[in-house]
Amino acid sequence: MKPVQSLESVVIRFAGDSGDGMQVIGSQFTNTTALVGNDLATFPDFPAEIRAPAGTLAGVSGFQLHFSSSDIFTPGDAPEVLVAMNPAALKANIRDLKKGGLVVVNAEKFIQREFEKAAITSNPLEDGSLDEWRLVKVDMARLTREAVVGLELGTKEIDRTKNFFALGLCYWLYQRPLETTVRWIEAKFKQPYKEANLRALRAGHAYAETIELFENRYEVPPARLAPGTYRNIMGNQAVSLGLVAAAYKTGLPVFLGSYPITPASDILHQLSAYKAHNVVTFQAEDEIAAVAAAIGASFSGSIGVCTTSGPGMALKAEAIGLAVMTELPLVIINVQRGGPSTGLPTKTEQSDLMQAMYGRNGEAPVAVVAASTPVDCFEMTLEAVRIAVTTMCPVILLTDGYMANGSEPWRLPDVDAIPAIPVKFRTDPVDFQPYRRDPATLVRPWVRPGTPGLEHRIGGIEKQDVTGAVNYEPLNHEHMCKIRAEKIARIQVPDLEVYGDPGDLLVLGWGSTFGAIRSAVDQARSQGVRVGHAHLKYLNPMPANTAEVLRSFRRVLVPEMNLGQLVRILRAEFLLECISLPKIQGQAFKVREILEAIYSTQQNEAAK
Amino acid sequence: MSELQPSDSEKVPAATRALTKKDFMSDQIIRWCPGCGDYAILSQAQTVFAELGIPRENFVMISGIGCSSRFPYYVNAYGFHTIHGRAPAFATGIKASRPELSVWIATGDGDSLSIGGNHTAHMLRRNVDVQVLLFNNRIYGLTKGQYSPTSEPGKKTKSTPMGSLDHPFMPLAFALGCEATFIARSVDIFTKEQREVMRAAHDHKGASFVEIYQNCNIFNDGAWDSLVDKQVRGERCLFLENGKPMVFAGGTKGIKLEGLRPTVVELGNGLTADDCLVHDEADPYLAALLARMDYPEFPVPMGVLHRRSRPTYDALFNEQIAEAKAAAPTASLKQLLYGGETWKVE
Repeated sequence: MKPVQSLESVVIRFAGDSGDGMQVIGSQFTNTTALVGNDLATFPDFPAEIRAPAGTLAGVSGFQLHFSSSDIFTPGDAPEVLVAMNPAALKANIRDLKKGGLVVVNAEKFIQREFEKAAITSNPLEDGSLDEWRLVKVDMARLTREAVVGLELGTKEIDRTKNFFALGLCYWLYQRPLETTVRWIEAKFKQPYKEANLRALRAGHAYAETIELFENRYEVPPARLAPGTYRNIMGNQAVSLGLVAAAYKTGLPVFLGSYPITPASDILHQLSAYKAHNVVTFQAEDEIAAVAAAIGASFSGSIGVCTTSGPGMALKAEAIGLAVMTELPLVIINVQRGGPSTGLPTKTEQSDLMQAMYGRNGEAPVAVVAASTPVDCFEMTLEAVRIAVTTMCPVILLTDGYMANGSEPWRLPDVDAIPAIPVKFRTDPVDFQPYRRDPATLVRPWVRPGTPGLEHRIGGIEKQDVTGAVNYEPLNHEHMCKIRAEKIARIQVPDLEVYGDPGDLLVLGWGSTFGAIRSAVDQARSQGVRVGHAHLKYLNPMPANTAEVLRSFRRVLVPEMNLGQLVRILRAEFLLECISLPKIQGQAFKVREILEAIYSTQQNEAAK
Repeated sequence: MSELQPSDSEKVPAATRALTKKDFMSDQIIRWCPGCGDYAILSQAQTVFAELGIPRENFVMISGIGCSSRFPYYVNAYGFHTIHGRAPAFATGIKASRPELSVWIATGDGDSLSIGGNHTAHMLRRNVDVQVLLFNNRIYGLTKGQYSPTSEPGKKTKSTPMGSLDHPFMPLAFALGCEATFIARSVDIFTKEQREVMRAAHDHKGASFVEIYQNCNIFNDGAWDSLVDKQVRGERCLFLENGKPMVFAGGTKGIKLEGLRPTVVELGNGLTADDCLVHDEADPYLAALLARMDYPEFPVPMGVLHRRSRPTYDALFNEQIAEAKAAAPTASLKQLLYGGETWKVE
């Protein structure tokens, strides 16, 4: 029996060809790990191409999982374990593996033909290039073939099951039960594939048990999470469920107009199955039609919603301006990806902040909010809907590819405790004017067509305040521009909270940098550095205390996955110089990178 | 939710009192140029709206951008003047959400066939139950006189001083290619025929595509004169009646099929109306011939060229919702959130 070593946390990465099923075993390992009770965070990383040529670097798909017995906020900077299904996967990922880490390779694939595809000149299993790591060679394909003997399957089909062999092996290594995956395979596959996958999974597990390849096996005890019912959730799923919750809490149908685009399409897929929950979906002919149909739905009394990514946002700009002008509720969810143009469709970025704030013709203010974690996507989606229907304005919710596809455990909310979002349609024809505003909020009434006596016309041409009649008068236009801006400025949003130490250095973030910042701040504080963390979830309007909070620190460090967009906005709004920490590599910040910036900021200060 | 999403999408509620044309006239000052053909179209539409037995509050006028797209401002009903070319997409969102509303789109040749060609195509393909009034004046009016996608080749305009190079669309052939289930044609000055076509468009369940030849007396005056002037219209227009032979020019000429091709024949000398093609609105092959018939080779077909029955998008859309709700009568937010793989921490 191998000794069992207890670890606080582990980062494991599965890497292989796009067709090798790495995302499948990654999510299986995740579900099993969640049910074991660890805290966790995941990071799937896959190419934009569906099936790049097999064995090439372009085709490498990866899935990283960080699981722990304590609270964690990120999928981990560097894996301790790498499972590489072919030479390309090894080459693309080995640099990230911690020194001394474990690398498990599918040894049969390490042959000349595969080296050529991966542009490798010598066999890394033999040339000493892996000396810094612990190498475990497993003939996965051969062992899988032996396991499925007797089943009527072709070589290719057998080969497809080897990912489950690798999964079984890792389950043994980290003492994970097989049951969750067994159940999943049984529900998902027909015979003989069901049997083949089950045998491969069990063979991998048994092989690890029998062969003395691993010096140790490990356990990661359950995390001490707050009591409650948990499920694992990805950001896109949380957005979907947030929209369903919005339908229940407003009592109105949610109408999603969408055009498929990476990395937002999964929201469309998920919501298309929720018609029974009063959420309907319309796959439009293009991005413009998607937003137009959503605005049409809002005009008719539904909650119009769009899901898209950067290029789609660019196409929707004119229509969003129309929703600004006609003061109709609209929620636009931008799952940001690398840009400009097509950019990096499957990689993450936060470079659409300026676009969200200002990317329309004319003075066209909209509310902008941003989710910070996969779980937070649920709450911020509800917030976006709340603001849209109570303010009669478009709201842009920014998420990104990192949180959209990343996952973490979610302590499920008490459904009844989620506050209702009150919506009132105007039905009283007495003194009705389409643009007569609530004096406190400046919000105009929402009227559903079909309401007798309230017939009226709206449109994109400038309108007279109160009556809504077409109007080109100079002073009216100025008045209307100001009133549309003021209406957004009056939206009530919660104060900005500071975590950690006051007064000295504040790390200010927005969006999916939350996890990396929080981890770095925790680590710095454990080393005695005085540092605080604040995270902006409301970008327009910003919390009322934002300037006060920022000025209460001597320095403000702003990590962003762009070239410093929030820093520019803060300078413009508050005449405040922040230290920008930009990163624009299609990858999330590592904790280490933010930690180093905290230390160097402190040293610069000390040197003064 | 039943109030918001009626299960019976075919049912537009009946008006509780008789309406008149005046009920549909808004208080807005009409800003079309004096003499514009749009006035006549607006007037016919208002007359027809009052006759349809639908309460005023259930009419929704949708438009894009262009002269014709000011239409909603002048109709006292619900109206939405949207953005250039996208009216069909707005209308789709509205009709899918609220099938009990009577949704009309006012558009022009530039709005619906140039910038909005894509949306027009997809609305027709889906068969969204809306009425499209396409004001075709073969010119861009609101931007002051550039050629449009229906302008004749060689047309000299502000942007084509040496003549347009573009080959024009035939709007009804385009619509038919987009799987339209109702195509019809009329002319701004043919008031009675126009009203008949509008009524037929309303009665049709599905996307009704009505091309209306409209005169822009400022930038393209007389564009249709050679077809529609009193002196020539009998010779150059073919007024279609379902089930009737295609004869024109006071009964002296007809359309006959030679092989697969229509030809114009002089009646008499043994040829009678019985030898002519008989109009069958439901025949898609005949529709293809009619949609391509153009002056001077042929008289231009007027009236309903084609209508056929096909389920509407909005009806199917709401049937799926009803089906999903019936299959999950206990659907709840709690069941959805807590329904997957969960675990408890004590």
